[in-house]
Amino acid sequence: MPDTAPAPVITIGDDAPPVVLQERRILGVPASTWPKVLMPLFVGVLALAVWEFLVRYNGIPAYILPGPLLIAQTMVTDWGTLSGSLWITLSISLAALAVAVLLGVSLSVLFAQSKWVELSFFPYAVILQVTPIVAIAPLIIIWVNDVKLSLLICAWIVAFFPILSNTTLGLNSADHNLLNLFQLYKATRFQTLLHLRLPSALPYFLGGLKISGGLSLIGAVVAEFVAGTGGSQSGLAYRILESGYQLRIPRMFAALFMISISGIVIFLCLSTLSHMVLRRWHESALKREN
Amino acid sequence: MSVADLTLDTAAQPAGRAARPVVSCRGVAKLFSNGTLALQNVDLDIGRHQFVSLLGPSGCGKSTLLRLIAGLGEASAGTIDWPDAAHDSTGAAQPSLSFVFQEPTLMPWASAIKNVMLPLKLAGVKPDEQRARAAEALRMVGLAAFENAYPRELSGGMKMRVSIARAMVTRPQVLLMDEPFAALDEITRFKLNNDLLELWHASSFTVVFVTHSVFESVFLSQRIVTMAARPGRVIADMDVTAPYPRAADYRTSPLYNAHCKRASEALEQAMGHALGAH
Repeated sequence: MPDTAPAPVITIGDDAPPVVLQERRILGVPASTWPKVLMPLFVGVLALAVWEFLVRYNGIPAYILPGPLLIAQTMVTDWGTLSGSLWITLSISLAALAVAVLLGVSLSVLFAQSKWVELSFFPYAVILQVTPIVAIAPLIIIWVNDVKLSLLICAWIVAFFPILSNTTLGLNSADHNLLNLFQLYKATRFQTLLHLRLPSALPYFLGGLKISGGLSLIGAVVAEFVAGTGGSQSGLAYRILESGYQLRIPRMFAALFMISISGIVIFLCLSTLSHMVLRRWHESALKREN
Repeated sequence: MSVADLTLDTAAQPAGRAARPVVSCRGVAKLFSNGTLALQNVDLDIGRHQFVSLLGPSGCGKSTLLRLIAGLGEASAGTIDWPDAAHDSTGAAQPSLSFVFQEPTLMPWASAIKNVMLPLKLAGVKPDEQRARAAEALRMVGLAAFENAYPRELSGGMKMRVSIARAMVTRPQVLLMDEPFAALDEITRFKLNNDLLELWHASSFTVVFVTHSVFESVFLSQRIVTMAARPGRVIADMDVTAPYPRAADYRTSPLYNAHCKRASEALEQAMGHALGAH
């Protein structure tokens, strides 16, 4: 992940010009970032090597546990089918995340406008969250004729709550003195929301978004397991089910890997987004030297 | 010792109490919902272009009084009048005032200049003018080079300067300051004291300055209103006759010492009152 934090500014007294500390860069990436990338990569490669060795050394058959090389090979040979399914799973997850953001933020803004609205509706959001998605998924699949849409609804239910609850918390966490200041300058409700409450809520929202990003993928996969529908329009979860029935275990692992990697990519994208947005001001994105 | 003993030479301040006040508190009381009587029967007139300090031990209601003057919260009894201020259709006064909190209270997500532009933005001033006036205010507090710095990149003293620039950008008639320098180190505090006096001396606004420091109040103000706790009330009102401009040499002058002694006595009296109430 590229580290784009600005060089720290050191100020000496009030009037001295700032001294800028330049960090050494290797291939355009700050030197301190390299270990963060290389160390986990090294551990990963080592683990894969041990796995491959154990599978070969013990002669474990591929229908019990395939080695990573065979899985990679399967991923290449079955890419046609798998990439189509990957695209379907990803599009459902991302659409669910987008709807979760839209509705979560709108609803929390509504909650922030009135304590009564929040008191009345928040418990139902909690009910939506605590009811296991596998238990509601069959109902949704029965009610909604379109499979893709029903999967999207399931993924949305799972992804929705962290955004709603975090953003609501953030909107209510605006600095009390700043609220007084806005009151002093006769700010309207809308001005206070736009210039104070929403920016205050941003770090909380981004925290919720990181959780929801992973959850929307999990929701999409779990719902598809329940739906269990086949055909050309099926996602990665169905590929896993299908491979299980057909005892094509390497393909099962390949699909599993693709789900994990998708989750990691979503997380990294959202972390980068969060870092880019907060890097100039929020504690979570600051580098400290003490 | 009575209040009269503490008040020296009222006649030497013709522009002070005798003139038509900017703000006038009559019988102001504040009872909090938890039952604390924070203020009781406070009468206070503050004249145009005065520099008044509210001095007192913690819990004497000086910050509460300042907040009531600012219009943050309602007095439980009494009136706060602004004889010369504009009044809106409901008859509520619309005084031109600014408030500086004990903390810099900056928006961490906005650069220094954006923070200073805020009051103008909320008032619907055109963006070009917002920027120009905010830049001017930052220049006034010596931070012209830090327009684009974010609050976290600034030292404590610089943040407070930005906060003062934000208060000054609307060109208020009254500047209310709630222990603004209490959290700063002494060197920074002295420097900000000097700069604040220069700003005040160069223009025509009124300052009401809450502090618990005798030395700060004597250095800055023309008039020190001492308050006692439980219940919060005014117990002494003294003039500080030293002429302006006041600079570093004033801090070491016998006159400064004499005023500090009197202010300390008033403060001790305030503490005595509080203890007596127990």
